[in-house]
Amino acid sequence: MKVLVPVKRVVDFNVKVRVKSDGTGVELANVKMSMNPFDEIAVEEALRLKEAGKATEVVVVSIGPAQASETIRTGLAMGADRGILVKAEGNVEPLAVAKILKAVADAEKPGLIILGKQAIDDDSNQTGQMLAALLGWSQATFASKLEVEGADFKVTREVDGGLQTLKLKGPAIVTTDLRLNEPRYASLPNIMKAKKKPIDDKSAADYGVDLTPHLEVLKTSEPPGRKGGVKVKDVAELVSKLKTEAGVL
Amino acid sequence: MTTLLIAEHDNTLIKDATNKTLTAAAALGADVHVLVAGENAKGAADAAAKLAGVKKVLLADNAAYAHDLAEPLAALIVSLAPNYDAFVAPATSRFKNVMPRVAALLDVMQVSEIIKVVSPDTFERPIYAGNAIQTVKSKDAKKVITVRTSTFAAAGEGGSAPVEDAAAAADPGLSSFLGEEVAKSDRPELTSAKIIVSGGRAMQSRENFAKYIEPLADKLGAGVGASRAAVDAGYAPNDWQVGQTGKVVAPELYVAIGISGAIQHLAGMKDSKVIVAINKDEDAPIFQVADYGLVADLYQAVPELTDALGKLGK
Repeated sequence: MKVLVPVKRVVDFNVKVRVKSDGTGVELANVKMSMNPFDEIAVEEALRLKEAGKATEVVVVSIGPAQASETIRTGLAMGADRGILVKAEGNVEPLAVAKILKAVADAEKPGLIILGKQAIDDDSNQTGQMLAALLGWSQATFASKLEVEGADFKVTREVDGGLQTLKLKGPAIVTTDLRLNEPRYASLPNIMKAKKKPIDDKSAADYGVDLTPHLEVLKTSEPPGRKGGVKVKDVAELVSKLKTEAGVL
Repeated sequence: MTTLLIAEHDNTLIKDATNKTLTAAAALGADVHVLVAGENAKGAADAAAKLAGVKKVLLADNAAYAHDLAEPLAALIVSLAPNYDAFVAPATSRFKNVMPRVAALLDVMQVSEIIKVVSPDTFERPIYAGNAIQTVKSKDAKKVITVRTSTFAAAGEGGSAPVEDAAAAADPGLSSFLGEEVAKSDRPELTSAKIIVSGGRAMQSRENFAKYIEPLADKLGAGVGASRAAVDAGYAPNDWQVGQTGKVVAPELYVAIGISGAIQHLAGMKDSKVIVAINKDEDAPIFQVADYGLVADLYQAVPELTDALGKLGK
């Protein structure tokens, strides 16, 4: 079984993003970029399936600017076999990403596609579900455990207040939650090896997908500021303030 | 113009997330119908019919909708699509799962987790875990929207809408339910809790969470959270994690204990109405967002606080 893992290049999760003063977006110049953390978990899970003999090949695909090839290299250094870069400039919405990924899946015919549950930049949490819809495949989002059962899958999902276990008919879409695994760090020899692994260069036009956004971003603004309040001297004062001033007790 | 609100419920009752989503749905300016999909869900449908402002309730009562499977539920919503211009649901795990599937089947871009309705086609939504707010205008003829319920007031009762049966759509039969494990906690879920008590790395152990954080939480009827540092150190289970990559919460009161206030934690809780921080490091960044800061040793201050609340009759 081939496993396809889409990965996204995003602002590193340790960076505090700044909104541009003209309201046109957030500052991306000279900001550290990394693989979306949930996508790292997706790559790790695919690699574990391969190491367990359940998967034969792990292919990472990224849609974005030329620099997204670095994100693919990160996946290759972790252990993926090859990459596909679909070049697309500007803001590509989840629906367009899902359409491109559908075309990639039609060509690659994977038995499983593992995606991060959401990207930490636009926080949309849509691409996996949309891809499942377009392919007409089963889906299990927010996975904390994944088992292969022949061509099918048994997936435990994190839902509000607990866990749910589903059986999915393969081929299937799984999106990762934090508890699924802890991604490995790439070793130096593997980083060197990754430089020789193949990356296919494609463009959105190769797949005939229209990238025109459906959502027009009118502006991007700072969230309402939050000022630090007061320091209280002891527990008694804290309780008294919470009771009388804040009214939350 | 009619809006379809897809209800969050437990078959017997409507959940609070539905009341809050109704406020957002009503702000679109059109009539609101409510879809209750479940099994033996007449109780929930009757409860939805009493919500103020609801014009009609559709009840899809079928075993296919018993376990929130995305494929049949999406097929049902899409089968109703010709009659509606907007589909609105709370951003709970059930609808985060199903609504993008609906959107793709309708070839529209979902607007995720809106925090404000600016006009019927324009919305505010947080990006970068709330570190920026985007105002977006949807150019799609049909809108698919999920609502971050913590930012909308709950609609009350006062309606008496008719309940009609909705025909089940064909089940694609792609997935099946094997089982569930509902957390056996009497504490409220983090995403809907009115009060949250969270511990950080300074708790030093799982035992200290049980000894200091949990009694305070139980005294307040609060949910229990943790920072990523505490979760990574094994002091707290993963599903307690509040932060950019964990749960984003906005309770009335958030009590941060022994939490320094890393960016990724602040991203998950800074929309709380009132924030209390207890930390012995007076320079900890958490104090920059806290309404009330107490510089103290948590091992003394927390039991003292628990006791003081006990005396208040909590």
